[in-house]
Amino acid sequence: MKRTIPLLITGIVGAVLVIAYFIPHPPFDSLREDFSIFFDIIAAVAFILGGGNLIKMHGNRVSRREEGWGYSLVTVVGFLVVLAIGLTKVGNPDGFRGSSVTAAGSLFDYAYQFVFRPCAATMFALLAFYVASASFRAFRAKNLEATILLLVAFTILIGRTFVGAWMTSWLPDSLHFLTIPYLAEKIMVVLNYAGNRAIMIGIALGIVSTSLKVIIGIDRSYLGSD
Amino acid sequence: MSRFYRIVEAINELDKRWVFLVVGLAVVTATIFRLTFPEVPTEMVEAIYEKVENLPAGSRVVLPFDYDPGSEPELQPMADAFVRHCAEKGHKMYFIALWPLGQSMVAGVIDNVLREEYPDLVYGEDYVDLGFKAGNEGVIAVILTDLKKLYTTDSRGNAIDRIPMMQGISSIRGFDLILSVSAGYPGLKEWVQYGGTPGNIPVAGGCTAVQAPLLYPYYPDQLLGLMGGIKAAAEYEYLVMEGYPKFKERPTRYLTALIRMGPQTVAHLSIVFFIVLGNVTFQILRRRRRRMN
Amino acid sequence: MKRILALAIIGLILLVLIVRVAQGEMPNPFTDLEGFGIWFAALLTLAIISFLYDDNPVYKFAEHLFVGVSAAYWMVMGFWSTLVPNLFGKLAPGWTMSLFLSERAELTRDPLWFMYFVPLAFGVLLLLRLTPKGGHLSRWSLAFILGTTAGLRLIAFLTADFMGQIRGTLKSVSGYTPAAIAGGATSYSFETMFWDLIAVIAILAALSYFYFSKEHKGAFGRFARVGIWVLMVTFGAGFGYTVMGRIALLVGRIEFLLVEWLQVL
Repeated sequence: MKRTIPLLITGIVGAVLVIAYFIPHPPFDSLREDFSIFFDIIAAVAFILGGGNLIKMHGNRVSRREEGWGYSLVTVVGFLVVLAIGLTKVGNPDGFRGSSVTAAGSLFDYAYQFVFRPCAATMFALLAFYVASASFRAFRAKNLEATILLLVAFTILIGRTFVGAWMTSWLPDSLHFLTIPYLAEKIMVVLNYAGNRAIMIGIALGIVSTSLKVIIGIDRSYLGSD
Repeated sequence: MSRFYRIVEAINELDKRWVFLVVGLAVVTATIFRLTFPEVPTEMVEAIYEKVENLPAGSRVVLPFDYDPGSEPELQPMADAFVRHCAEKGHKMYFIALWPLGQSMVAGVIDNVLREEYPDLVYGEDYVDLGFKAGNEGVIAVILTDLKKLYTTDSRGNAIDRIPMMQGISSIRGFDLILSVSAGYPGLKEWVQYGGTPGNIPVAGGCTAVQAPLLYPYYPDQLLGLMGGIKAAAEYEYLVMEGYPKFKERPTRYLTALIRMGPQTVAHLSIVFFIVLGNVTFQILRRRRRRMN
Repeated sequence: MKRILALAIIGLILLVLIVRVAQGEMPNPFTDLEGFGIWFAALLTLAIISFLYDDNPVYKFAEHLFVGVSAAYWMVMGFWSTLVPNLFGKLAPGWTMSLFLSERAELTRDPLWFMYFVPLAFGVLLLLRLTPKGGHLSRWSLAFILGTTAGLRLIAFLTADFMGQIRGTLKSVSGYTPAAIAGGATSYSFETMFWDLIAVIAILAALSYFYFSKEHKGAFGRFARVGIWVLMVTFGAGFGYTVMGRIALLVGRIEFLLVEWLQVL
C-alpha cells in the first residue's frame, strides 16, 4: 500500500501526459493542462519544503550548540528576516496588496540588490580563478586525445577574442580558412555541433527509456526504502 | 639537480594563489584601462538580429529571462540589447521568468532600460511583465495551450484580461518570436523542446558560454540563432549600434559587453599563458624522468 | 614586522576610503540606505573573494548569510507568484483578493475550482516530509512530480532531441544554407554541403563510439576512434567556452567594485 499508491499515481499521470500528445482532445488535453498546473503549484510548495528543511537543520545545530553553530545562527537569522520582509512586503510603494513583491524601493528588493546579488555573483566569479588554476595544474597534453582537446581549447580561447583575428590577419583572402576565427567557428559549427548532437541523441534515448521505466513502474528508486 | 630543473620544478608546483593573483591583476588592469577591440558579428548572431529587425512593428515577442545574478555579467548586456532592439522596432514585449530571480532581472530591465530610455512606452500596451511561475518546463507546457489558465494576473497583481496587450491571446502559439535569455535549467533548451518545436514558434536567444556548445545542435532547424556568452553579446551590441547610431553616444551605458571584451581578452591570454607554461614544465620534467629511467 | 606592515597598509587603505567618502567621491554608508547597501555589497564581495587566499570566518559568514537569504527569497517568490494566484486564488478568490491581492486582480471562481484541492492535498503531503513520521506520505507528492516530469520529458526529448536532431541532420545534407533551413530563400551552397557532410560523418563516428553492442574492432573500431577524436574536439570547445563564461562573471564583479563602490571609473 505504501508503494502501490505512489506507483499508481506516477503511472496514471505519466500515461495521461503521453497519451495527450497523441490524442489532443478532451479529456486528455484539459487533463494535461491541469496536471501541469498542479505540478507548478506543488513545485512552489517544494520551495517551502526547502526552506523548512534549512531551518530544521540549522536550527538543530544552533539549539545543540554544535560546531559552527554561530554560522548556522547567521543562516537562520538571514532566512527569517528576508522571509518576514518578503511575506509582509515591507516598504513596498503600493503597500501589502498593491504591488509586486520585487517592486523597487521595498526592503525585499534591497535584500536582493545588496545581499543576494553580490553574494551569488561573486560565488560564481570565483570559478574564473579556479578554472585558471585547474588549467595550469591539470591540463596536460599526455596523449593524442588530450593534445586534440588542448589545441581545440586554445583555438577557441584565442579565436573568440580580437587577438585571434589579429594574429592571422596577415593571411591572404585565399587562405582565409586558416585564420583562427574561421577555424574557431568551424570547430563550433561543425565538429562541436556533431559531437553534441551525438551526445544529445544518446541522452534523448536514455531519457525516453528512464521515463518509460518510471511510468511503467520498473524504476522505483524515487520511492526510497521502506 | 641543476638550477634549471629546480626552477622548472618550482614553476610546476606553483602555489595556486599566484595564479589567482596574476589573473586578478590582468582583469583589473584591463578594466581600468578600458581596452576595447572591434567585433566581427558571426552568422548566428546576425540571424537573430535580422529576425528581430525584419519582424513588422507590433509583433509579439516573448522574452523569457531565465537567469540570476550569478550569470548577470554575461547575460544582462544581451538582455538589455534585446529589449532596446525590440523597443526601437516597436515590438510588443511579453516578459516571463521560469527562475524565481528572473522576475528581478525583468524588473531591472524595465526600470533601467524601458522606463529610462523609452518613457513613451506604456506598460500594458507596449510591454507586460507576466512574472515568475514555479514549475520549470511545466509552465511552458501550460502556456503553449492556455496561457490565462496559469497567468491569472501579471507580476503586479493586475487581472490578465484587463491588460490591453493580452486581449485576444489564449496561448503563446501564434507569437512571432521567443527570444530567451537563459543561464541553465530551465532555459533556452526547454523553450525549444516544450515551446518552439511542438508549437512551431521561432525560437532564438542567448545563453551562458558554458551552455552554448550544448545548444549548437538545435541550430538552425529548431533555433534560428544562438548567442553564447559575452562575446556574442558584444557582437549583438555592435550590430544594434551599427543599425541605430544613437547608441554610440554613450558607450559605457549601451556597449557594456563590448567594453567587457577587453578584460575578457586579457584574461584569456593569461590563461593560455598558464596552460602553455604548465605543459612546457610538464614536458621538460617528463623527458628528464624518462632519461633518468 | 610583517604584522605591522600589514596593519599599516590596511590603515592607509581605510584612510583613503574615509577621505574619498567624506569628499563625496564614493557612496556614503551613513547618509542613505543605497550608500549603505553598496558598501555592504562590496564588503560581502570582498569577503567571498578572501576565500581565494584561504578559508576564513569572514567568508563563512558571507556564505551562510547567502544560503539563508537565497532560501527565503525562493520561498517568498514561490508564495507570491504561484501559491497566492494559482492555488488560494482558485480555491477562494474573494478571500485571496481581500487578503493578498487588490481588486485589480479580478479573480473569479472557476467552474471546476474544487479540483485545486488536489494540488493543495499533495502540497500538504509534501510538507509532511519535515515531520518524523509523515515522510512516507510525501512519496505521493513525489510520485506526482515524477509522473508529470517523466510524461512531459518523454515526449519532449523524443520529438525535439531525437527526431528533431535526426531531421536536422538529414535536412542539412541536402545542401540548404542555414537561411534556407530557417525558412528563407532556397539556395544551394557547395561549401555548406561539404561541411555538413563532414558533420554527418562526425555524428555517425561519435554515435558509433557509444554503440557498445558491437565490439570496437577492425573498421568499426577505427571509426569509433574517429568518434573519440570528435568528442575530444567537443570537450575542448566546451572547455574553451567554460573559461570564457567564468571570466565574464569575474569581469562583472571587478566592474562593480571599481565603478559602483570605489567609483574610480
